[in-house]
Amino acid sequence: MANHTDSPSGHDMRRRNLVKAVGAGAALAGFPAIVRAQSTKLKVGVILPRSGVQGLIGQSCQIGADIAPALIKDMLGVDIELMNADWETNVDVARTRAERLIQEGAHVLVGPFDSGAASAIAQVAEQKGVPFVINIAAAPPITEQGYKFVFRNFPTAIDLTVNGLALIGDLFRATNVAPRSAVFMHVNDTFGQAMNRGIGATLPRLTQLPFKIVDTISYDPAAKDLSVEVSKAKASKADFLLLVCRLNDAIILRREIVKQRWNIMGMISPGSPGIYEDQFQKALGKLSENCISNNPWYNPKTAMTAAVIKQMAKQFPKEKLHSHGANVSYTFESILIAADAFKRARTTNPKELADAIRQTNLTDRVSLGGPIKFNAKGQVEGNLSAALINKDGRPQVMLPASAAETKPVFPWPDYKA
Amino acid sequence: MTWDLVANVLIAGLLTGMVYGLMALGLSVIFGVVRVVNFAHGEMMTIAMYAAVILFVGFRLDPFLAVLPVAAAFFVFGYWLQKGLINPFITRPEHSQFMLLVAVAIIMVNVLLMVFGPDARNLQVDYQLESFEIGRLLVDKARVYAAGVALLTAGALFGFFRFTLTGKAIRACADNHLGALVVGLNVKHLYALTFGIGSACVAVAGCMMVLLVDVTPNLGPAYTLLAFITVIVGGMGSMPGAIVGGILIGMSEALAGLLISPSAKSMFSFGLLILVLLLRPQGLLGKKP
Repeated sequence: MANHTDSPSGHDMRRRNLVKAVGAGAALAGFPAIVRAQSTKLKVGVILPRSGVQGLIGQSCQIGADIAPALIKDMLGVDIELMNADWETNVDVARTRAERLIQEGAHVLVGPFDSGAASAIAQVAEQKGVPFVINIAAAPPITEQGYKFVFRNFPTAIDLTVNGLALIGDLFRATNVAPRSAVFMHVNDTFGQAMNRGIGATLPRLTQLPFKIVDTISYDPAAKDLSVEVSKAKASKADFLLLVCRLNDAIILRREIVKQRWNIMGMISPGSPGIYEDQFQKALGKLSENCISNNPWYNPKTAMTAAVIKQMAKQFPKEKLHSHGANVSYTFESILIAADAFKRARTTNPKELADAIRQTNLTDRVSLGGPIKFNAKGQVEGNLSAALINKDGRPQVMLPASAAETKPVFPWPDYKA
Repeated sequence: MTWDLVANVLIAGLLTGMVYGLMALGLSVIFGVVRVVNFAHGEMMTIAMYAAVILFVGFRLDPFLAVLPVAAAFFVFGYWLQKGLINPFITRPEHSQFMLLVAVAIIMVNVLLMVFGPDARNLQVDYQLESFEIGRLLVDKARVYAAGVALLTAGALFGFFRFTLTGKAIRACADNHLGALVVGLNVKHLYALTFGIGSACVAVAGCMMVLLVDVTPNLGPAYTLLAFITVIVGGMGSMPGAIVGGILIGMSEALAGLLISPSAKSMFSFGLLILVLLLRPQGLLGKKP
């Protein structure tokens, strides 16, 4: 170890450093607001599953983050620096990535498209006192813990179910059709089971819906053959299929419906992936047409959505917003929320930033729903779903009418027509 | 529950089981002679499925016609794989063989991921969504054709091993390795030939399977496992056993799905496996060691 006290020059250095340190300390103690306000750039730690099982979705969300800095600079004049992290679809990795982002100076965390990861990151954010804006995660408990630094601009699972079922009623009213019965098929993973419970609890309260569920069939989302499941569903003689699915099983199901000549009025998801995804339409072609899913989505009619589409065309010319839907819209909005709060707070001080986020009131937005305003729990209420129908090879909004790109269609016409 | 529902489900189970049998046939042939368990079986079938998709997209070649070039290519590949890679491992401990073929399987999956990406691919032929209507019964055309090909392939293999000199020589190798060497048979060549034939069977199964299932690079391990279950239930090394095992699994899954819960389908194939291992360890049609 070097002995600095033996060196006169070293002694001078220490004295000069001490004077500098005292000066800096005094400045921080005396004028904290001025010093912190000097940070002109907001460092946003974006934490998404860009590899692993959810890799494709994470990359889809990443587009929403990547377009944000340029767009927000134009809109709010705020400089954003993205600090990207991949949580590899592994909750433990999510926790360590969040800790690392905070260590490296992230002022706010955004992500992570998963309830399990969101819970883990929320604990870290709360412990370190750094604001965390959740882009997509639906598990209700995340915002029921009394956290002060955790905010969510995405519907909870309960809201998703209620919104999705309500839209089914709207669809029936809009098309003057009143099916009497549905067969409910759902994947038997955590998500499918949660939706099953949610629908079981919600449906009896939605008395305006004209149909009853006559049979419930759960199945393995990894199944390669769903002929037995469809045979059972067909035997129920239900008017339409209510489906909570993933992607591959939705493709197999749709084919099986045709093979078994199951003449139903339609196939509607009250809120699940699969049906609106690009791959569903690529794999099924015309068979994918007129399949309906009710999901959180962007509002195609807003000016901000137009700006997002324009920015995507500039940065990602091969990508279309309808291929990424809520992944892009909600991720972009999360960063927008942070940037708006930073602009108002004029500081990166975490507590003041969190307070500013709590005061958010953004009426111009990309996703469907009312203004972005957080309740006392840090949850945005009033986020809506859209009734999407696959038409001309892409999902289009049917309902709500104010955002409609196409007319509601139900029952579905014969696919051969 | 109506009789037509039960009949439809049973027929679907029977046909699916025959396709499972076809898939397991190659595994059974290879193990029966070379005594090597091909842990890359499902991955090889996945490659065959991709080959069928490429031939269809590129040349509009129906999978039933694609069977010929794909099986020929797989025969050559299998022959080379056995002669060049697996043969040195034949006398080594089983765990070495296991590690080798698992490594081959992992390489195959990753090459497929690099070349084709993770998205599912499929092909659409006219008859794929059609069904035969017999009274109130609806029978999936693609499954009927695939089951027919399974029977034809099993029959052809049976004929080859029973009536041709090469087939008899291969059986001699399987029955008595030392004896085959003593009478001057080229055992290495015959082993390679068997691996080639087994691989060609896998290719046929892949071309048929692509009519029923979309192909993704990660499909392999699940099918390797299914083929193992089928072969163990039917009897390791028994060709008719592979078909019988497939049918049993297909029908038990279908019935479990109908009578108990569709979620419990795959549980039943494993249940059947345990039952067979307990009551008849050599499999239903397998020979006692």
